[in-house]
Amino acid sequence: MSEEITGATGATVLLKALEQEGVDVIFGYPGGVLLSLYDALLDSPIRHILGRHEQGVVHAADGYARVSGKVGVCLATSGPGATNLVTGIANAYLDSIPMVVLTGQVPTSLLGTDAFQEADITGITMPITKHAYLVKDASEIPRIVKEAFYLARTGRPGPVLIDLPKDILAAEDVETTSSGMKLSGYQVPGRADDEKINEILKALSDSQKPVIYAGGGVITAEAGEVLKQLSEKAGLPVLTTLMGIGCLPSDHPNLLGMVGMHGSVTANYAVDECDLLIAVGVRFDDRVTSGLGHTFATNAKIVHIDIDPAEIGKAVKTHIPINGDARLVLEQIVDGLAGSSVPQFTDWWERLNSWKATYPLRFDRDRLTPQSVIEAVGELTNEDTIVVTDVGQHQMWVAQFYPFMHTRKLATSGGLGTMGFGLPAAMGAQIACPDDLVILFVGDGSLQMTIQELATIAHNNLPVKIVLLNNGVLGMVRQWQKMFFNKRYSSIDLEGNPDFIKLAEAYGIRGIQVDSNEQVKSSIAEAIKHPGPVLLNFVISPEEDVLPMIPPGKAITEMLGR
Amino acid sequence: MLHTLAALVENHPGVLARVAGLFARRAYNIDSLSVCQTENPELSRMTIVVDGDDQIIEQVRNQLNKLVAVHTVMDLTGKSIVDRQLALVRVKVSTETRSEVLQIVDVFRGRVVDMGTCNLTVELTGDTEKIDAFVNSIRPYGLAELVRTGRIAIMRSEA
Repeated sequence: MSEEITGATGATVLLKALEQEGVDVIFGYPGGVLLSLYDALLDSPIRHILGRHEQGVVHAADGYARVSGKVGVCLATSGPGATNLVTGIANAYLDSIPMVVLTGQVPTSLLGTDAFQEADITGITMPITKHAYLVKDASEIPRIVKEAFYLARTGRPGPVLIDLPKDILAAEDVETTSSGMKLSGYQVPGRADDEKINEILKALSDSQKPVIYAGGGVITAEAGEVLKQLSEKAGLPVLTTLMGIGCLPSDHPNLLGMVGMHGSVTANYAVDECDLLIAVGVRFDDRVTSGLGHTFATNAKIVHIDIDPAEIGKAVKTHIPINGDARLVLEQIVDGLAGSSVPQFTDWWERLNSWKATYPLRFDRDRLTPQSVIEAVGELTNEDTIVVTDVGQHQMWVAQFYPFMHTRKLATSGGLGTMGFGLPAAMGAQIACPDDLVILFVGDGSLQMTIQELATIAHNNLPVKIVLLNNGVLGMVRQWQKMFFNKRYSSIDLEGNPDFIKLAEAYGIRGIQVDSNEQVKSSIAEAIKHPGPVLLNFVISPEEDVLPMIPPGKAITEMLGR
Repeated sequence: MLHTLAALVENHPGVLARVAGLFARRAYNIDSLSVCQTENPELSRMTIVVDGDDQIIEQVRNQLNKLVAVHTVMDLTGKSIVDRQLALVRVKVSTETRSEVLQIVDVFRGRVVDMGTCNLTVELTGDTEKIDAFVNSIRPYGLAELVRTGRIAIMRSEA
């Protein structure tokens, strides 16, 4: 940093460093040790969004990062403020979301004394952060901030925590040292060796039944376009994970749909029968493999392209491991294909298309079903619409039935499966993309986990359209009890739910009640037309199930509800 | 199978906790771990002896490499290396057995570093097998206390 700041405090140095990283908004919640920072924020161009709970601010930063591709920033005070961030940090870590988490800390003189509002947050978050800093010297702030942002967004992205003791933020006349990074142990993989690319090309020319298995890493690497090129050029079918939705437009003929527990029959059969599986930016999660690495794609030669070498060979045995950046490696493959004639896999496509025709995703259009609501939202919105979900049945239905056309249009908690993610993430997404329509699909269980953020949405007049699929129960748990525990329903009844319309109105948010199928489209259209936030309460049956389903611990071929 | 990994890590507080936490969390078995500053005061060398098959060891290496504070990780297993442990062993002795024990210490090129009326303390360096052999040899006389370090290792020079 060349710019000299005279008479700077730790807090102003921090804000300046954040500005230099391009930070335009911080989602935060103040507290005792952060007073000097909040004072300095009054004079900073950085916008501060006050959440209503620290879990809200961390998920908001996460939602912001998912849709914008930028690093999300959140801020909380020491002790309980910091521990309230933990779920959100774990959520971002499992989905590889770039985030810088700022926490206040007790003064350095009191560290380790069990002081008021002290929690060892760098220790607590060690397994769920990419890296963490405890700042002991205010002059190091510029270097640490620079490193934190670099680490958060490069390689396999993830949350980086900076713990800021009170006296460091309040330090006066801070003389900053150089902001040059000291990260000699950190390397970012790039292109693959040509030899490896040749191995893939060889495998491809030997293959009769290839598939591409694409995940969140494709989106992180901005590799959607080149993936599409590869698929089209070589006639390769593509299946995606939940995190990879949007890699290929939903109406693309080469797309087989989502793979895994609630994936399409075609995608799952394709994995089971393929002789070449080209896995890109995925981690063979147990919601895809049923935790059965040895029964997954057993007929296939497995190519695994990933930026994180530790993911390669972790869950399944890999035949062609490639550690590199998904976009660069896919470009190398596309270049390698140029000029060579690729078999068009006619027989394979015939088989895939017959599965597609025999096993479409189905639902009842004659009643008010969650799937019909999602389909109607899909019809009334466009390809630029941002969709945020919470976690549970509604999340799977959105993955199955909303027509995603691009990457970064879906923000959903994939790895951690965090109920309560949706509302704050939608808030972050709307702040990142103020001009885009943001739709939140949420269940009545998940909504109540972070419902306090309705206040933040109202306060900032964020025009999020909240599509509440309200079945009065914890639907996914109920579905498992129905299927695997002889309908012995235990603690799934949400008796005591509030009147959500009145509740929305109490926050100054418009509420629209929908009880019948006929009202679905008109109410959605009305909500979209309304300039401010709206909560749509769709009353659905608790008997609706997410199908098809591979029962937990079972192989792909044991799929229910085909 | 036991593998000896040599990791070059940043000499900062917290790095050991990160490495140890990683092993605990992912259920890798550490047989021994030793850590000390290297010729470069900014770096520490961790020598980690870990049990597992080739796939697990590959995972351990990759997971360790992911830590920002870890610069390099080498698997020294099967390579030409010199490895050593240090042991301090307190042996019970009587006037009858003292000279026998001292002979054994001599055979193993140990050094007596402390002596009491009915015991003596031996310092011994060597590879794991040598120290095991020594401990087994003096066990019949009465092993009062045993303290051993983890293994440290260095590659043999090429010429």
